[in-house]
Parts: sequence; C-alpha cells; structure tokens
Amino acid sequence: MAIGKTAIEAVGVTKIFQSSGQDSLKALDNVSVTIGENEFFTLLGPSGCGKTTLLRLIAGFDFPTDGQILLHGQDIAPLPPFQRPVNTVFQNYALFPHMTVGQNIGFGLEMQGKPKAQVEARVAEMLRLVQMEELKNRRTSQISGGQQQRVALARALAPEPKVLLLDEPLSALDYKLRKEMQIELKRLQNETGITFIFVTHDQEEALTMSDRIAVMSKGKILQVGSPRDIYDRPAVRFVANFIGETNFLEGKVVSTAKGQAKIALDSGATISAGLGEGAKPSGKVTVVVRPEHASLVAASGKATLSGKLENIVYFGTDTHYHVKLNGGGEFTIRHQNVHAGALGFEKGDKVGVLFGAEAARVLRD
Amino acid sequence: MARTFSVRTQPGFTFIAMFCFFLLYLPIVTLVVYAFNSGQSVAIWEGFSFRWFESAWHNRAVQEASLRSIFLAAFAATLSTLVATMAALATTRTAPYPGLTFKYAFINQPLMVPEIVTAVALLIVFSRIKVWTGYSGIAYLLAAHTAFCIPFAYLPIRARLENMDLTLERAAADLYATPWNAFKRVTLPLLWPGIIAGFMLAFVISLDDVVITEFVKSGGQETLPTYMLGQLRRVVTPEINAIATVFLLISVAFVTTFFIINRRKP
Ligand SMILES: Nc1ncnc2c1ncn2[C@@H]1O[C@H](COP(=O)(O)OP(=O)(O)O)[C@@H](O)[C@H]1O
Ligand SMILES: [Mg+2]
Repeated sequence: MAIGKTAIEAVGVTKIFQSSGQDSLKALDNVSVTIGENEFFTLLGPSGCGKTTLLRLIAGFDFPTDGQILLHGQDIAPLPPFQRPVNTVFQNYALFPHMTVGQNIGFGLEMQGKPKAQVEARVAEMLRLVQMEELKNRRTSQISGGQQQRVALARALAPEPKVLLLDEPLSALDYKLRKEMQIELKRLQNETGITFIFVTHDQEEALTMSDRIAVMSKGKILQVGSPRDIYDRPAVRFVANFIGETNFLEGKVVSTAKGQAKIALDSGATISAGLGEGAKPSGKVTVVVRPEHASLVAASGKATLSGKLENIVYFGTDTHYHVKLNGGGEFTIRHQNVHAGALGFEKGDKVGVLFGAEAARVLRD
Repeated sequence: MARTFSVRTQPGFTFIAMFCFFLLYLPIVTLVVYAFNSGQSVAIWEGFSFRWFESAWHNRAVQEASLRSIFLAAFAATLSTLVATMAALATTRTAPYPGLTFKYAFINQPLMVPEIVTAVALLIVFSRIKVWTGYSGIAYLLAAHTAFCIPFAYLPIRARLENMDLTLERAAADLYATPWNAFKRVTLPLLWPGIIAGFMLAFVISLDDVVITEFVKSGGQETLPTYMLGQLRRVVTPEINAIATVFLLISVAFVTTFFIINRRKP
C-alpha cells in the first residue's frame, strides 16, 4: 500500500538498557520505519521484542541511545512528553482514580489551557463518540473494564493528537469484548483520521485491523507490509512462522529467472517458487507454502509433491490433511469444507499435493 | 483436603488471649473508672462524680501544659509531615542507587536509636547552645519533636507512594501536564490520605512524648505528660486520672482516624 504524507519516522533507532551487571540489553537494534498520516499501523511481535520500548521512545518517556525520531520531519528527541502532540492509551488504561469519567477525558485539554467551555464541549463530543454520555459523572472505579477502555481512548483522543499510541489496549478484555473493541477502534480511527500506532502480540488482531504491519523480533523490524503482504509473502522464517501456519520445504536453488526460482527439494521433487523483490538466492534455501494455498489430489493425477495421508482433522469450517511426504518431511493442507461434502480421501491413502509457483515463496536468509 | 493450621483452635488459646487482654486493659479501665471517683483517693471508690474533670479543667497548670502540648504537636506534626513528604518523594521516585538503603535508615534513625540516648545527646548539645545564645525558649522542644516525628510521618507516606501506579504520572505527562501540574493534579491528590495519616501519627507521637521532652525542656515548659509525671511525685488525686482519660480519648480518636484513612485504597 502506498503511504501518504509521513507522520512518524524512526531513523536508525537503537535503545540499550544498561543492566546492573556487565551485560547490557539491546531492546531496539537500529530500527528504521516510516509511518504515514492517517494510517493504522501495527507493531506485531512476541513479548519482549521491544514494542513497548519503541512506543515509549515516541511518547517521550524514554530516550533513544542512538538514532532519531521525527514527527512531520522534525526531530522530537529534545521534547519532554508533555510537549509532544502524541497521546498514549496505556495497557492498564491508567485512568485517574480520583477523577470522574468526564474529568479524565477533559484532563489533556485542561492542561493545554483550553477555555472551560471548549473543554466541556469537547468532553461531551468524546463521550458521544465512545457512546458513554450517561456515565460522565461516574468514578472510573464504578465502570466496567470495557468502559474503562473507552474512557482511556476518549481521554487520549480528546486533545486531537497527531499520533495515538496504543500499547496492547485490548489484551485485558475477554474474547467477545475484544472483538467489539477491534471494530470500535477501526471506526474511531476512520472518524478521527488520526494516525494509530497499535501494539499487539496477537497476529489475528494485527491482520484484521491494520493498514500495515511491522513484524518485530529481538529488537529488530523484520518485515513491514500490508496484512496480505505479510501473510502471503513472508520474507523470513520468523515472519512465516509467527503469522499463521506454514509448511516449510528445504532445498537447493537450481536456477532463477523473472522473479521465480527452480528449487530441488531435499525430498527429491523440483518445484518453482516466487522470489522477493530483487532477491537472488543461491545454495540452500527454505520455501514456504500456506496450508490453504495447496490442494490435495489423487496420487495418480498431476501433483507437485506426493506422499501418504497420515491424519485428517475436522475443524468445522475447514479440514486439515496431514501428509507424510515421500522422501521425508510433512505437509499440511487446509481445505475449506463445502456443502458438497468431504474430499473422499481416507487415512493411509497415497495422495498428491498440488500448488503453483505463486503459492510457494523462497525465504530470505 | 487438609485443614489449614489455625492458631485459634489450639487448646488454651482463648485463655491466653483473654489473660493478655486482661493484663493490657485492666489498668486502663481502673484508671478511667477512678477518674469518676468523688473521693480523694485513686484506690478507694466513694461515689460517682465529674468533680476531677472540673478541677482539671480549671487548673491553670493543666491548661498551660495542654495548650503547650497541642501547640508543640501541631507544629512538630506539620513540619515533620512536610519534610517526610519530600523525603518520601525523593526516596521512591528514583531508580535504586547505592546508598538508598542507608538513607532509609538515616531517615528512620529515631526509630532505631534508644530514645534515652537521643534525649541525653540533645540535653548536652542544647545546654551548650543555651549557654552560647542565652536563648531558652520553646524552639528546642519544637526542633526535638519535629525530628523524632519525621519517621512516623514518613512511613505511611512512603507506603502510599510505593503503592501508587507510576503510569498515572506518566499518563498526566502524556496529557500535557508539566511536572508541577502532574504533581499537583495527580500525585498529591492520591497521596493525601498518606499525608494525613502521617500527620495524625506524628501528632500523637509528639503529644505522648515524655523522655525527650523531660530532658530538653527548660523551666516552666511543662507539657501535659511531663506535668502528669511531676504530679505523680506529689499527692496523687483522681485529677490525674481525669486528665489521663481525656488524653486517652484524644489519642484513640487520632489513631482510629489514622487507621481508617490508611485503609482506604489508593
Ligand atoms: N526500563 C528497562 N530496563 C531494562 N530493561 C528493559 C526496560 N524496559 C524494557 N526492557 C527490556 O527490553 C526488552 C523489550 O521490552 P519491551 O519493549 O517491553 O517488549 P514488548 O513490549 O515487546 O513485550 C525486554 O527484554 C525488556 O526486559
Ligand atoms: Mg509491551
């Protein structure tokens, strides 16, 4: 997806935490990323990969060891948090317990020195936006978790920040409420047009909500792209593994041409697979194929790979077929269940696996 | 499932508990009862009356000592709470560093050094200063009381600060509050119960002090406790009981308030 004007840009940002002993910890390692205006941008990665650290640097609660953070092209490093037009929705909400819902939402505007009437009007508007008008005078301890979440959102949105930072805002909610809030968040982002930087370790949440996703691991950004990019065309093993289920096939490059490579798999077969832009791999490589991008066919017909059907697992909406490949290795195929019934294969059958070059992808490194 | 061990079900528990309460409260009950004795004795009951409360109320020495005690306690509690609040902020709003534990110990010194040692030390130093300056007013008592009240004010305030969610201050900063505004609008309101609790405790501690006061005071600077101590060396009438009873009421009121405030969640 093409991005419009740049809102936030991180340039070679490194953050090192000096621990008490000799060892220091590189929480962020030369991170560079550009986030556009009006974008719903997600930082996705396992716990401890540096997502919160990056948000804290943008918010100004901590300072980078090296590198720059630019807001609309201007370096914001020297600015303390209270001078940055950036607001945060904290993981534990951090609502002020001694204030009412309305006072919480108005706090930012009040601190900016806005006239009382204007604050009041904006608070009313925000309450309407998150559908909580009746709860204005409640204490924050007297409302439910989902409502607290909404107040935290309204409070952070009220001063109309350039960028809204959300640190795993939905992780404390139960499944149903989480689904509701996902939709709510998308709606708020659309209506306000504010850039959202959203942190999550939940790949499904990232895929359904984001315009673009940055997948992080061990302080590095491994891949940035649209959900479809990330899912269909993972660049490295970690991304392929972290997002959804994947089949990994090991082999050697025979030849490359026109964005495709011929790969001689260790199991014996030779397949064609797509290459990342400008990639020129050689030697040993890994190819990934998503389970739903391959089909199960009869052993007698045309097939990319062949093997024996080991297991069939029924999941309601789809069925997983586990194939033991001839020459070693396993392959999983996900087949959408249709009204017409099952595929008609039995456990132990000799079967073929069929996929095209566009379904297979050669991983970097 | 194994029953958890409960000390309350052990044989003799009730007896021992009752005996301890008996030992603790019997003298106090006796004291309070005899405050209402109509006779001259603190040991022989002659009938019910309020005469000793009236007599204490009109006793000039008691009046003066009471006012001095209350002034001293109010002053020492206010100043020590102010100092303790700043000390608590400085020792909690910081990353741990070598020497921090020592600072805790330093602030809490009056809790650890035996009171009599502090008292003698102050007596020696203050008498020197009295000779040099010729001043022998109440400032010595104010200084001494403030000093030994600090840890009592410090502990509840620090406990409150340690339990406070630091992200609240961060959230305030995120919402354009300058450090001073964040302190005024978020930290301080949440800290109030701790500050009031610290003040109450310091007030009662100052009100109650005998040892240091006895050593530091100059002539004519009796506080209520030292006055009572002085009276016990002479003829004892139930007037002392009456004063002690009122004193008891005030202290209990303060300490109860302290507990109620301190129990409220941040
Ligand atoms: N203040 C800190 N001091 C020392 N190490 C820290 C600090 N904050 C985070 N870290 C470390 O930096 C790494 C990244 O942390 P974080 O950004 O919180 O990860 P995430 O939010 O992705 O779970 C972790 O290993 C964490 O232990
Ligand atoms: Mg985190």
